[in-house]
Amino acid sequence: MDKTPQTDPRQSWTFSNSVNSEIRRAAATGIYDIRGGGAKRRVPHFDDLLFLGASMSRYPLEGYREKCDTSVTLGTRFAKKPIELKIPITIAGMSFGALSGHAKEALGRGATMAGTSTTTGDGGMTEEERGHSEKLVYQYLPSRYGMNPDDLRRADAIEIVVGQGAKPGGGGMLLGQKITERVAGMRDLPVGIDQRSACRHPDWTGPDDLEIKILEIREITGWEKPIYIKIGGARPYYDTALAVKAGADVVVLDGMQGGTAATQDVFIEHVGQPTLACIRPAVQALQDLGMHREVQLVVSGGMRSGADVAKALALGADAVAIGTAALIALGDNDPKWEAEYQALGTTTGAYDDWHEGRDPAGITTQDPELMKRLDPTAAGRRLRNYLNVMTLECQTIARACGHNHVHNLEPEDLCALTMEAAAMAQVPLAGTNWYPGKPGF
Amino acid sequence: MTTLDMSTTPLREVNVTLQEAAKSQSNSAYEITNPRGSHAVAVGLDGPLSVTIKGSTGYYCAGMNKSATVRVEGSTGPGVAENMMSGEVVIEGDASQYAGATGHGGLLNIKGNASSRCGISMKGIDIVVHGNIGHMSAFMAQKGNLVVLGDAGDALGDSLYEARLFVRGSVKSLGADCIEKEMRPEHIEILKDLLAKAGADAKPEEFKRYGSARKLYNFNIDHADEY
Repeated sequence: MDKTPQTDPRQSWTFSNSVNSEIRRAAATGIYDIRGGGAKRRVPHFDDLLFLGASMSRYPLEGYREKCDTSVTLGTRFAKKPIELKIPITIAGMSFGALSGHAKEALGRGATMAGTSTTTGDGGMTEEERGHSEKLVYQYLPSRYGMNPDDLRRADAIEIVVGQGAKPGGGGMLLGQKITERVAGMRDLPVGIDQRSACRHPDWTGPDDLEIKILEIREITGWEKPIYIKIGGARPYYDTALAVKAGADVVVLDGMQGGTAATQDVFIEHVGQPTLACIRPAVQALQDLGMHREVQLVVSGGMRSGADVAKALALGADAVAIGTAALIALGDNDPKWEAEYQALGTTTGAYDDWHEGRDPAGITTQDPELMKRLDPTAAGRRLRNYLNVMTLECQTIARACGHNHVHNLEPEDLCALTMEAAAMAQVPLAGTNWYPGKPGF
Repeated sequence: MTTLDMSTTPLREVNVTLQEAAKSQSNSAYEITNPRGSHAVAVGLDGPLSVTIKGSTGYYCAGMNKSATVRVEGSTGPGVAENMMSGEVVIEGDASQYAGATGHGGLLNIKGNASSRCGISMKGIDIVVHGNIGHMSAFMAQKGNLVVLGDAGDALGDSLYEARLFVRGSVKSLGADCIEKEMRPEHIEILKDLLAKAGADAKPEEFKRYGSARKLYNFNIDHADEY
């Protein structure tokens, strides 16, 4: 007898296996999921933009002969000693504690060889990164862990962190597994406790106060250091305008794909805006204030290639910062550790439990044995190579668009593949001269 | 004694003069007149120096002080002696909010009252307040001692780490994870020493000690209601 035909078992889109696994995990533990990294969901991004290139109406530059400058100067507004970088790609703030000392050293080595800056993070400045970073940006964070005037003075720039793309409005959490004696000592905390980083600064509230705080920092450092203000991708127009009002030399704008060492997954995936959506409002704010290019804009969150860099610059950024991509260049999530990722219940490319301190690649850990796996010299070279490739890619595109400096890239060089990207980037949908919200349509 | 008159001397010149004098290790004395509520006065001093400010100041007076002694013959705005590393800062009047925020060391001696969030996130500084302190004082305080001869406002020591809090008067309420603790002989000694240094007319035995219950040091879902 023939079997009665049946429809295939149908999975729910709403209650997918992934969603259900999270429900089961939450029910079993009673704790929200904490992880590292940035938003993993698909959001409109630089992949949704294309460069038009030169044609009858544009004159290209010869790719292997004609110069295309990549230098950038950050902090020209008030600082006596602005930072001169050879390339428009910087290394974003990542903390010692979240990262091993070897990883911080490797970041410093790679950035210095490529002619760019690296940045401290929560937990203070280490000798590894100061010693190996020709240009080091010192983060001034709500926790003020390890903050002291000597390190403030030996920094090349100071970045006041108001927010970050992975968690605008949120603080940080470094779980006890990573609070070793050295990390605890730098943060004035007991060993092994879960260390919380405050979500707002302890001694100022709002841009009026921040203006006075910046005055204090400038007075302490002799008005030499560029002062950056880092904001998460929340309300980029107003946040950028207020950062300028508060006296920033540089605004660092971090979209939701920007990573964190450890935060609730619900925060990373559901708070903040995509990087692509943040750039034009921030640039508009600078233009409205007559400050575009006077106050430099550094954009971060999901930068992976020279094409991403070129697109961010074309939309009006002065430079970009990379974090997650820099860690991958060092060796994070490398397939050679697949067996160990499997043992941790994950797989190459998906490993994000950086807060647990068991990173097989030896980067997001304080375990002495795991740390040994990362050779800072070799990892620094890999980062240098990667930065060089990104720069060459960015130059290739700029030349193809006829520009002799990457800063001459402009929105007119771009078109969008999707309506969403067209609306966010305010560049025409491919094949049209229109984007959603364009005045006059 | 060198006098710097802020009615005629710009802030930048005042701070450069003081910073260079401190750096020279000359142990000299300066007097600042007409501060008129200026912000960031006598900040970033790094060396032995005596500074007397004749009047009230704005935000962040004596911020990040190292080794110097700064005396304010008036009241101070928010964030006095923020992130102080060492030395002494004395306020003859009252201090606004965030006094001694994130301080790593030294003594902040407030002869009057301190407003809210006094000693927030302190990391080793000693703070003596001869009057009262406002709400949320010693929030997330990590190390050091906060001594209050008067009363404390709401939520004292919320989310406290290892800082010690001593209060002679009443405490309106304690913050999350802050509890009253036994005053042991070593605490009496610490308190005695701090009261003497601050010139405070009080006996250590009159104080109660508050500290962390340490229940929130590692996340536990059963303590979620505490937050």
